[in-house]
Amino acid sequence: MTEGRAWAVAAAVPDPEVPVLTIADLGILRDVQETGDRVAVTITPTYSGCPAVDAIRDDLVLALTEAGYADVEVRLTLSPAWSTDWMSDEGRAKLRAYGIAPPGRRAERSGPIPVQLGVACPRCGSLRTREVSRFGSTSCKALYECRACLEPFDHFKVH
Amino acid sequence: MTAETPADPHGAVTVDARVLAEELAGAEGRAPSADVAEYALWLGDDALILSQQLGAWIARAPELEEDVALANIALDLLGHARALLRYAGTIDGRTEDDLAYWRDEHEFRCAWLFEQPNGDFAQTIARQLAASAYQFELYSALQDSADPTLAAIAAKAVREVEYHRDHAVQWTLRLAGGTDESRRRMIRAVDDVWPYVDELFRDDELIGRLPGVAVEPARLRAPFERVVDAVFAEAALTRPDEFTAAGGGRRGAHFPTLGPLLAEMQVLARRHPGAVW
Repeated sequence: MTEGRAWAVAAAVPDPEVPVLTIADLGILRDVQETGDRVAVTITPTYSGCPAVDAIRDDLVLALTEAGYADVEVRLTLSPAWSTDWMSDEGRAKLRAYGIAPPGRRAERSGPIPVQLGVACPRCGSLRTREVSRFGSTSCKALYECRACLEPFDHFKVH
Repeated sequence: MTAETPADPHGAVTVDARVLAEELAGAEGRAPSADVAEYALWLGDDALILSQQLGAWIARAPELEEDVALANIALDLLGHARALLRYAGTIDGRTEDDLAYWRDEHEFRCAWLFEQPNGDFAQTIARQLAASAYQFELYSALQDSADPTLAAIAAKAVREVEYHRDHAVQWTLRLAGGTDESRRRMIRAVDDVWPYVDELFRDDELIGRLPGVAVEPARLRAPFERVVDAVFAEAALTRPDEFTAAGGGRRGAHFPTLGPLLAEMQVLARRHPGAVW
C-alpha cells in the first residue's frame, strides 16, 4: 500500500548518512501496512553491511510513535535487492543540489574489465571529472574530483 | 564505556537476534535443514574471515583511498557473513555473534584461500582477485537456489562483489603494468595465492545432498577461469598451475594463519561475555 498517513510519516524519515534524501527518495521504503493504530513498515538495506539500517529502524519507530501509532513494527527484506534505479527523480535532483553527483542508470556490461562512464560535476556541470577512489565515505559513494572547477565531490554509485 | 558516553540517538539500540532471523527475506520463519545450515556456514565463514583480514589494512594501506576502499569491501563482506551466519544459526538458536565469537578453529568452515595472509599489498590484491571472481560466479548462480533465503542473500551480494572484483582487476592491471618493482611483486603474489584456488572448486558430499539448493563448485571453475584469464592476458601475467595446496577448510582443517586471526577477532567477546556498546 502506498497511500495513507502512515506512509507519509514513514516516507519523510531522512537517511541518516545522506540527510538530504528521505528513505522514500532513496527507494528503500518498500511497504507500509496500516491497521488502526498498528503499522508494519518494510524496508530494504542499500548495501549488505550498511550500518544505517539500525538507525533507520529506530528513526521509523520514533517518527511513527510520535505520529500516534501505538504498535510499530519494522521489517527488513533483502529481496528484491535494492538498486539505485529505484531512486526518485526528485531524490536525484536533491542530491545534485546537495553537491553529490547522482547515480546514472544501470548499464549492461560485456566483460570483466570495467568501463568508466563520465560523471558530471554537481557544482559546475563539467564532464572533465576523474575518479579519485571507487570507494568513499559510505558504502554508496565514490570519490571524484572535477578538473574544470577543481573541487572534489562525492558520486552516488550506480548499484 | 557506558557512563561517560554522551547521549546518542542510536547508541542504545539492542536488536533481538531471533527477531532479525525471522525477518530475513524468504525465510518466512523456517529454519534451514542441517545440510543447508552447514552450507551457509561455508559461505558465511569465507566472507567473515576475509572481512576480518581486510580490516587489518585500515590505516596501513599504500594510500588513504585504499584504507577507505578495503574498509568498504570488508563492510560488504561482513554484511554477507552476518546474513549467512544468522541463517545458519537459526537451526539451533545460535546468533551470528555466537557463531563468530564462540566457535573454535576446527568448527570454522572457510577455505584456505580466505585464510592466506595479507602479505604485501600485491598479495592482498591477488587474494582479492581470486576471492571476488569466485564469489561473483558463486552468488550469480546461487541467486537461482531453491532455498529462498540463500537466493535473496546471493542476489544482494552479487552486485557488491562485482564491485570488489572491479577493484581487484584494476589494481592487478595497475601493479602488473606499473614499475618493475610493482610487477615483480604482483607476479610473486599470484604465484603465492593461486595454489589455494583449487580447493574452491572441489566437489563435496554435502553439495551432492543439496541439488538445486547449493551450487556445485566444479561448475564455477570454467566461468572463473574465463574471467581471470582475460585479466591475466591484459596484465601480461601467467596463471600458475604447477602446484595445488591440500586444503581442508570445509572439514575444519585450517591453514596456520586462522588460529591467531581468531584469537584476535574473538578475544573481546570472550573476555567480556555479553558486552554491548
